[in-house]
Amino acid sequence: MGLRQKIGSVCRIFFGDPARTFGTMSVVLLVMLAIAPAKDYFSEWRGYQKQYLKLIRGRAEAVTLERRFEPGLQQIWIPEQGVTDRCTTCHLGLREASLANVSRQPFRPHPPMPHRLTEFGCVVCHRGQGGATTVEEAHSSTLAWEQPILPAKYLQASCGQCHLGALAGTPQLNLGRKLLARYGCVRCHSVHAPDGTTMQATDDPPSLAHIAQKTTREWMYAWIKNPQAYASTATMPNFGFSDADARDISAFLVAQSTAINLPAPTQAAPAAKQDPQAGASLYGESFCASCHAVQNAAGALVGGDLGPELTRIGSKAKPEWLEAWLRDPAAYDPDTKMPHYRFSEAQVALLVNFLGAKSDSDLLANVHLDAATSQQIAHGKQLVTEYGCASCHEIDGIKKPENFAPDLSRVGSRSLAQLVFAEGMPHTLPDYIAAKIRNPRAFGPGLKMPQFSFTPQQQDALTTALLALTDRAQTQPASLRVPALAESHYRPAGKAGHLMDDLRCFSCHAINGRGGDMAPDLSWEGSAVQRPWLVDFLKNPNTLRPALIRRMPRFNLTDAEIATLTDYMMTVYQDPAFNRDAAADSTPALVEQGRQLFYSKFACQSCHIADPQKDKGYIGPTLAQVGSRLTPAWVFHYLKDPQGMRPGTLEPNQNLSDADARALTAFLMSLKGKPVQEAKKR
Amino acid sequence: MRRLTIFAALLFLAAGCSRSRPAAPALQPTGWGTAITEASGGKQAAGVGMLLDQPVVVQVNDAQGSGVTGAAVTMQGPAGVRFDPASGLTDSSGQFTTSVSLGGVAGRYQITAWTADKSGKRVELKLEEIALGYQEGLGQQFNRQYCSRCHDPESTPERVSNYDNLTTKPHAFTEGDTLNKMSEADLTAIISHGGPALGKSPEMPSFGYTLSKSEIQALVAYVRAVSDPPYQTAGVVYAQK
Repeated sequence: MGLRQKIGSVCRIFFGDPARTFGTMSVVLLVMLAIAPAKDYFSEWRGYQKQYLKLIRGRAEAVTLERRFEPGLQQIWIPEQGVTDRCTTCHLGLREASLANVSRQPFRPHPPMPHRLTEFGCVVCHRGQGGATTVEEAHSSTLAWEQPILPAKYLQASCGQCHLGALAGTPQLNLGRKLLARYGCVRCHSVHAPDGTTMQATDDPPSLAHIAQKTTREWMYAWIKNPQAYASTATMPNFGFSDADARDISAFLVAQSTAINLPAPTQAAPAAKQDPQAGASLYGESFCASCHAVQNAAGALVGGDLGPELTRIGSKAKPEWLEAWLRDPAAYDPDTKMPHYRFSEAQVALLVNFLGAKSDSDLLANVHLDAATSQQIAHGKQLVTEYGCASCHEIDGIKKPENFAPDLSRVGSRSLAQLVFAEGMPHTLPDYIAAKIRNPRAFGPGLKMPQFSFTPQQQDALTTALLALTDRAQTQPASLRVPALAESHYRPAGKAGHLMDDLRCFSCHAINGRGGDMAPDLSWEGSAVQRPWLVDFLKNPNTLRPALIRRMPRFNLTDAEIATLTDYMMTVYQDPAFNRDAAADSTPALVEQGRQLFYSKFACQSCHIADPQKDKGYIGPTLAQVGSRLTPAWVFHYLKDPQGMRPGTLEPNQNLSDADARALTAFLMSLKGKPVQEAKKR
Repeated sequence: MRRLTIFAALLFLAAGCSRSRPAAPALQPTGWGTAITEASGGKQAAGVGMLLDQPVVVQVNDAQGSGVTGAAVTMQGPAGVRFDPASGLTDSSGQFTTSVSLGGVAGRYQITAWTADKSGKRVELKLEEIALGYQEGLGQQFNRQYCSRCHDPESTPERVSNYDNLTTKPHAFTEGDTLNKMSEADLTAIISHGGPALGKSPEMPSFGYTLSKSEIQALVAYVRAVSDPPYQTAGVVYAQK
């Protein structure tokens, strides 16, 4: 029997007459109708709900849990955020704290979090596809949906969609944002925050307009080849330039460099005889290490990171430039963070000698550069333009390029179709961003993004900060945004303002929201301290916090300069909330009561030293002379509300009664220490 | 026939798309030890999914207790834990260093480092690392800011400890033997109102007016998360009907 006949006979069985056709069609129709409910009945989520019921039945709190269980598809719907999350259909224990010991997913309770589930749903933080009802579609990247679940290590990125400033709970995000600014990422890539502000770089790439005065072409060559070979902490990335490229770029920069007048010696040259240790001790006394690091014999970096590392400075800086720089840094670089120390010529010579000896003979040992040809210079210019050097550095004859690298304002939502993945890497956005930061040149030859030397933690932090820049962040209702603190452009006025700029007070101190965080905030300093103390401190800054490494340097100020600064600070930096000059009660009985409170009730001596013979605590400032330093009104108000007077201080608010605060103030004001020199006549 | 062709084409496509991953080259050990010990990196706490601050360093020793060079070390851990690298040979001092990132769920992670001795017998070392959830991580921040100056006796040049200056020595937050016995309410009380609240030293100041309730809760959660031995929740007690 042929195939055709076989089919024919089967057809006859089912469709032989109208009754058979009707019957067959009915059965087919019935089956088709049954498909939909069957699919629903056998769906994945029903399986999970059954498992959940089985799980809770065996537990002591079964009755409560069963009462709170709602069968069927669950949904969190928040229209203004575009959230339609069905995750709670399977994640049934999210709000059940009593399931704390359940480790099986999808039934674990959600760990404590800062927001309520009903306020934000799930995908705002975790991403993924909220509307999906299968495990695969909800969690993984599918054809229809590009955002898979965000790996836990980058979860803080989601906080950054609304919280545009630093947050206590998101150290990784805060670090990432800081690094974006600190390493100058935002000089080539622009990042526009959802609130309309543009992220600003906080690094300090030097101008190259007069570079030939500062250093040799040989050093430039070595630096361009590999900045980290000169200083492990260098922020400039490695562009992987060839020998010839480095030769030509250095030739171009030297050719382009113009001369400026640098400060000449102000006094006669000092006597040649020098104590070999004097340079080192002057470096120490001037607290250069508060900002600059130097590698010690063990290879560890000692010092701050506000200024460049000085381990091999002798191989870089020309001695005559270094002299001029120490005389007045702003003459060479008006934007430097380095203060204008008023060094004497003898001190300048000591420091130049000391720093000049910090050289590395290996660094430039094999660098021999012939005189540059015009061809090399032209090629150098081409490279400088191509690689966007002027995005960071000021270079004569090269314009700062605009939009040099891709805009990153929405990089956290970039479509995968727009990305070119490197060989063998997972096709997800977090992996792509992390790989770009780790090794940008792995994505193919001819790419311009240079190689940074980030630690794995820094790479993760940067990836987190970039993943926060999503479409959702840009488009969500403005009412959800928590903006960053507005940048302050505060400038002190007049002669004192000029002096404070010259001394670069804002590199370390903050006033009215502007400035560094290395040293105390001075916004209310005029209310806090007594004038004679301030005069004495500016003359000879002695530390108040023995446990601190970073300290205020001595600037060798004249009496007139000190008077100008003191007058301004005492007058302007006053807290209007209280009268600084208010006298405080001080009877022997009150002082004694304060002493009792200090030592017994509040045990202040665990962190402060009131009596240098007896007390040992050194977390807070020494109080042995506090009666000569602070005003009683300040002490009283500070004791009542430390964080209110100095935001971020470690001193806990002890909720003192007025009587206790008065007694403590009386005791503290009785601690005069050694008599402070009266200010000289103005 | 046509179906067969399509099927074959699909198979062919599938074979082309799935890249055959080369298996990691087998380690060729040049040394064999009899013991494996922790050099550093155990008992660290980091946020969920994140890299531990310090790498984990283990050392393979011979019978005399000195380091063995070139011994193969393999790291293993529960789901979600990643090692970079996951296996390798010990260096000239007998040590193997790997950076570890923890899984996405808060809690304790037991990781295993093992090496084979000459006869091929497996020698193991078990280490414990702690992944902190949001709340515990927040607590860790406050610990660093307000508590560790006194509660952590370890001094570094950047963060000098005040531990030695105190008459009554504070407990390190890892001291489970002491702290696990304290109830949540007691911990909250001593943080909020200071030592005298529980009849202890006033050298412990009150933070109830400096930190908010939820911040203190976060600190308690952190203390519970890092305690050693681990803190066991008392559990919920229900009245029997």
